[in-house]
Amino acid sequence: MRQILTPIVLLLLGAVLWQAVPFTAPADISEIGRRFVEFGVADNRAANIVTSVIVNYRGLDTLGEVSVLFLSVTGAIFVLRRREGLILATPTPSSELVATGARLLFGPILLFGAYIFAHGHLTPGGGFQGGAIVASSVLLLLLADRDRAMAHNALGWIESMSGFLYVVVGMVGIAIAGSFLSNKGILPLGLWNDLFSAGLIPVIYVLVGLKVGSELATLIDAMMHSGEKEGTQA
Amino acid sequence: MIFVDVLVCAAMIATAIAAVFQRSLISAVIMVGFISLMVSYLFVRMDAPDVAMTEAAIAAGLTTVIFLIAIRRTEDTESGDKE
Amino acid sequence: MIEPTTLYTLTGALLILIGFAAIMLKRNLIKMMLGFVMVEAGVHLLIICFGFIPGRTAPIINTPDLLTDPALMSAVPQQFVDPVVQAIVLTAIVIAVGVTALMLAYVVRLYGVHKTLDVGRYVSLKW
Repeated sequence: MRQILTPIVLLLLGAVLWQAVPFTAPADISEIGRRFVEFGVADNRAANIVTSVIVNYRGLDTLGEVSVLFLSVTGAIFVLRRREGLILATPTPSSELVATGARLLFGPILLFGAYIFAHGHLTPGGGFQGGAIVASSVLLLLLADRDRAMAHNALGWIESMSGFLYVVVGMVGIAIAGSFLSNKGILPLGLWNDLFSAGLIPVIYVLVGLKVGSELATLIDAMMHSGEKEGTQA
Repeated sequence: MIFVDVLVCAAMIATAIAAVFQRSLISAVIMVGFISLMVSYLFVRMDAPDVAMTEAAIAAGLTTVIFLIAIRRTEDTESGDKE
Repeated sequence: MIEPTTLYTLTGALLILIGFAAIMLKRNLIKMMLGFVMVEAGVHLLIICFGFIPGRTAPIINTPDLLTDPALMSAVPQQFVDPVVQAIVLTAIVIAVGVTALMLAYVVRLYGVHKTLDVGRYVSLKW
């Protein structure tokens, strides 16, 4: 049954793609993209237009996006919470060299992640990329030393406080400029290409970076550890 | 430069087909990670540096790691697949 | 010689088809999830292709005179590729990793119950 159905479905999908996808470059960018490029500098004074679109024009979507990430991490922890029937090999403890090297590298990688999300409005990069780099530094620690206890309370606090502050910043926009997450007249826009410029955009992107970083770190820890039997943790 | 792109795209398609028929799941996961990394290269070629960074850090990095952890908690060889 | 957009779009479409084939033909749960990740990569490639115009640059402004000179400003949109599709794909990639992690958590949980990754042997819902 499946062997007959699969080629038919693939042929249909291929036909749909062949019809629906233009295989040549468009003549010009979309009208809304043109307006974002044209007014992005005047509105936000951010050099990176993509950051301007994500954090300002589509800021509410970004709030929804980090909420979806939070929900999926919560769901993963919930699904893996039972302590039954998981076969885990007893890990061999890592050598002194690996453990020390991981501890040495943890700080610089964390700092690099912070650099990426603090400069999101000037260069390529931003909260999501920086958050992933922060989470990878936590992953390095967990790989080198599997029994390291994560500070779940601190991670939870960082995660929920950054989400809360994101909403508070949006509310300030309603109070002062009349729309959620508005960037008009709340913080000075500053000089072009300065680190402290573009009004609220770096503030929001740092909050997004902290939230995404703590969420992804919690996710990795949950995939590695939650639901383990007590005996297997060496 | 277009020659490099043609080579990269051909390598991606070949790797995708090989990943489907690979018996060892860890090898298949690493192959899909390679596809994500090459997609990130194509994003750079298409003038989307933000998206390329995200794809390299999240899709090629974290997704591969999560898959490897899941395989470690389950089993490596592909069972079944016979009618 | 082949047009760059045609090449990238073709690669994205082929990745989608191969991923779908893996989802439909394979019985191993992790193989099906790998097919899902391939479909994701192909779709991201296709969406970025919709905004790509050869010869233009990334949407990052690097001339400080723009703020004072309206004549320069009106010429700017003709230099850049579309920023909207890039923002959309950035969002999609981050959500994709969350969805993948949730599905893998279910895979690990199913393995804990059934001791196999083969969907053909999950008989508890079959009559």
